[in-house]
Amino acid sequence: MTGLQSSSDLGKEAGPEGPTLVVEHLDVTYRVRGQDRPVVRDVSFTVGRRESYGLVGESGSGKSTVALALTRYLARNGRISGGSIGISGLNPLAMSKEDLRQLRARTVSMVYQEPGLALNPSIKAGRQIAEVFEIAGLDRKSSLDRAEDMLRRVQIADPGRVMDRYPHELSGGMAQRVIIAMALATEPALLILDEPTTALDATVEAEILDLVAGLREQMSTSVLFISHNLAVVAKMCDRVGVLYAGELIEEGPASEVFAASRHPYTVGLLRCIPRRGQRKDSGRLDAIPGFLPQPGQVMTGCVFAERCSMVVDECRQLPPPGFEVGPAHTARCYRHADVPEMPGTAPEEDQRSSPLGLPEVADTADLDPIVTIRSLDKTFGGGETAVKALHNVNIEVLRGETLGLVGESGSGKTTLARTLLGLTEPDPGSVIAFDTVPLAPGLARRPLDQLKSLQIVFQNPDSALNRRRTVRWLISQPLRRLAGLSGDQLAERLTDLIRSVRMEKRHLSLRPGQLSGGLKQRVAIARAFGGGPRLVVCDEPTSALDVSVQAAILNLLADLQAKEQVTYLFISHDLGVVRYLSDRIAVLYLGRVLELGPAETVFAGPHHPYTEALLSAVPSLDGQRTERIKLTGEIPSAANPPSGCVFHTRCPRRLPTGVCETTEPPLAEVEPGHQISCHIPIDQLRVLQGNAAPKG
Amino acid sequence: MSDLTAVPSAAPGGTAVASAFAAPPAQWRLLLRKPTFIIGAGILLLWLVCALFGHFIAPFDPLAQQLLAKNSAPSGAHLFGTDNLGRDVLSRVIVGARDILLIAPVATLLGAALGTMLGLVMGYFGGVVDTLLGRVVEAVLALPVVIVAFLFIVAVGPSSITLILVIGFIFTPLIARTVRTAVLVERQQDYLASARLLGERPGFIMFAEILPNVLPVIVVEFTVRLGYAIFAVATLSFLGFGVQQPTPDWGGDIAANYGLLGAGYWWETLFPALAIASLVMALNLVTDSIEQVISS
Repeated sequence: MTGLQSSSDLGKEAGPEGPTLVVEHLDVTYRVRGQDRPVVRDVSFTVGRRESYGLVGESGSGKSTVALALTRYLARNGRISGGSIGISGLNPLAMSKEDLRQLRARTVSMVYQEPGLALNPSIKAGRQIAEVFEIAGLDRKSSLDRAEDMLRRVQIADPGRVMDRYPHELSGGMAQRVIIAMALATEPALLILDEPTTALDATVEAEILDLVAGLREQMSTSVLFISHNLAVVAKMCDRVGVLYAGELIEEGPASEVFAASRHPYTVGLLRCIPRRGQRKDSGRLDAIPGFLPQPGQVMTGCVFAERCSMVVDECRQLPPPGFEVGPAHTARCYRHADVPEMPGTAPEEDQRSSPLGLPEVADTADLDPIVTIRSLDKTFGGGETAVKALHNVNIEVLRGETLGLVGESGSGKTTLARTLLGLTEPDPGSVIAFDTVPLAPGLARRPLDQLKSLQIVFQNPDSALNRRRTVRWLISQPLRRLAGLSGDQLAERLTDLIRSVRMEKRHLSLRPGQLSGGLKQRVAIARAFGGGPRLVVCDEPTSALDVSVQAAILNLLADLQAKEQVTYLFISHDLGVVRYLSDRIAVLYLGRVLELGPAETVFAGPHHPYTEALLSAVPSLDGQRTERIKLTGEIPSAANPPSGCVFHTRCPRRLPTGVCETTEPPLAEVEPGHQISCHIPIDQLRVLQGNAAPKG
Repeated sequence: MSDLTAVPSAAPGGTAVASAFAAPPAQWRLLLRKPTFIIGAGILLLWLVCALFGHFIAPFDPLAQQLLAKNSAPSGAHLFGTDNLGRDVLSRVIVGARDILLIAPVATLLGAALGTMLGLVMGYFGGVVDTLLGRVVEAVLALPVVIVAFLFIVAVGPSSITLILVIGFIFTPLIARTVRTAVLVERQQDYLASARLLGERPGFIMFAEILPNVLPVIVVEFTVRLGYAIFAVATLSFLGFGVQQPTPDWGGDIAANYGLLGAGYWWETLFPALAIASLVMALNLVTDSIEQVISS
């Protein structure tokens, strides 16, 4: 056995004073179609008392399987085929059903990704929390009192009212607080958080993370934090383990693992993420070549060898042992000493010229608009329940630029894109002009050349690609319908197209289900570009993808833009991605544009207080906390938007004069090309945000 | 997760529509490993052979009367005994598979075809179209089915065609409702928006984009309905509205002989009844396994 040895000496004396969680040489196997597939191999780590330990990895890396194995919650076809687990000195692997039940009830709590699915929809929130106390032996009345107490501890403003609500009446963030309250009700020794904020908006995520960090200081609970988001783990955890293909390839103190990684995979992951100041025209992102291995794929040698740029013969022969590369820092790499000098995959000198031939972003001012949107409104439903998804939106999309669209969920980003495409009809009186020609509101009345001009890459390729069709059919359709090609011409263009999205001919006969997420998104991109579009809407095109794949897709989108001279409307909640790709940015809130301007100006500030809050909610990889502008309260309902400035209910910089509550500020040009909808004068914003503005 | 090495036996691009209907081979292999499917399909195959080649297999002419040997108990000569007119019960059971195995599948196919079209239209267009057609479907479902069927058969006269039409039309709204629900799920998917952005017509979107995706639902619904159709044919024949005597038919034979149960001639009723039961059971076994494979 060549485990990460650092933990083995601690495991033996796991008493009340020992570490909370000791995992040694854990193997988990799933039985699929009569074959055993190892999905977790030889994983060892220790979580000390009051320590917060992060497990990071991409999909299929086995991080959730590890969490499930700890409390023996594996699916029926999964089993722990080796190794040992100790939780507070107890051994769940040798427990009877009743003991296991007690362990799950008292010692370990879990919080999962989807708060909506973790609560019983037919029981009021208060009762669900009280149940935890009733199981512990309290009577009904005092259980409810304790439940209300817990809600107060998770900083719910009005616990009494939340007690009486059913789960569907709670927002995602509120529901996750209720679940955390339930999880912590028994003061467990170990709290397992499995992607607790992945389904939430950035501002809500920041609040939940602060809450967990705060609670950890008050209680003696140890935390096992599972996430694919490196920055979140960097912010939350003392120690980190990086999982790849079921193996713990690097482990150590969070600051060291992220700042001085000694495994090529960790370094690759970190380089995939667009860094501040990195832009599409200044350089490509470093992508990790290849794909994640299939879960359970049996590999000789190092699991990462196939995608590693530093691979040597040795790597393919024997799995590397854990090398001590620093104090309590181990890496499973033969070449760990050379990792800091790992070469990048992207060429140093980038050939990709700016599509506009423009050195400076500010020059977009000279460009003419390709799309002009004037007083765009969209109301869903009518009467009492009417929801105003978009209100008086005025935006110009400039020819050849990338306009980034950011905002929390429910801000109207996707509705704006859908009305532009004609999938959703806007309210009468709205004007959307393409090349100065007004577009018909619905798709059915738009001529072919307008259909050709406007296309989209959807967020989720699983939904956007007909799963019963082959890649060949899927990519041929736009060529037939929009480009009017057939026969040899079609075949030729098809070959061009798959080459330009970096796919191979052998993929043509496959169906979407047989492709990885990244390949599926490439097919979707090929479909969007098949008809020769002028503007492509990218609706969160990488949010369903793993980090290592995201970089390759972003590179591809930037390359295609340079080659085809298309304009992008780029929607994303990931501000780093938006910043990398966008020339200008529009910030949406409750269906209104609060800020619009050149990307760097919007990011550098002075900016709208909402933009400021969005920016400060993003955890940064260096783990340092920037002084955050905290947003309080929930996003108001679009059915009943606040009076005056729609943001005033959450605005930390609300003016004491009361003007924010009564008058809606116009979207006014505060600098050349930079518009903000705020009552606070720009100079005052500059002073207020002087310290808080993130360094560019 | 992807399996980039597995290349399915997909048809070339020209026959793209046909290839979309081919289930992945792995699913068929999974089906063949289920004992319930093997047993069900085996019994089904047995009856299919009887339906196609019954006259060659049957030991006697199913119509030949042996008045001297009537109501004789099962014996070496007549394994299932003889009936009230001295006809060989085994031969009548074997040949009796023919009409029921013709009428029931054709009627179900008719219902499935009409129901699928109706369901696709209702689900895809939604709104007013869905409301109007939905009301019609509800109205048809609210009618006392048996009485309507009787009236129709009496008015037109019993024949195989009449049975097919009656059962087919009764099934149409039921299948339409199931298909509509499946289409509503598909409508949430972005691939429909994607097809609309290519300027595809509703007919193409319904039949080339949605249909292949709801096909599993239709297959399951078809097999379930087929079981009911067999019941319906047998029941109508039993009541005298279906296949007419002396043509061998399970329902009709039970009707002709059940009066003699009291006299102890159980074999004349039991064997046709077992035939119906085994056929329906076999279908249910097959349906269950298909459903399990599709949902896995």
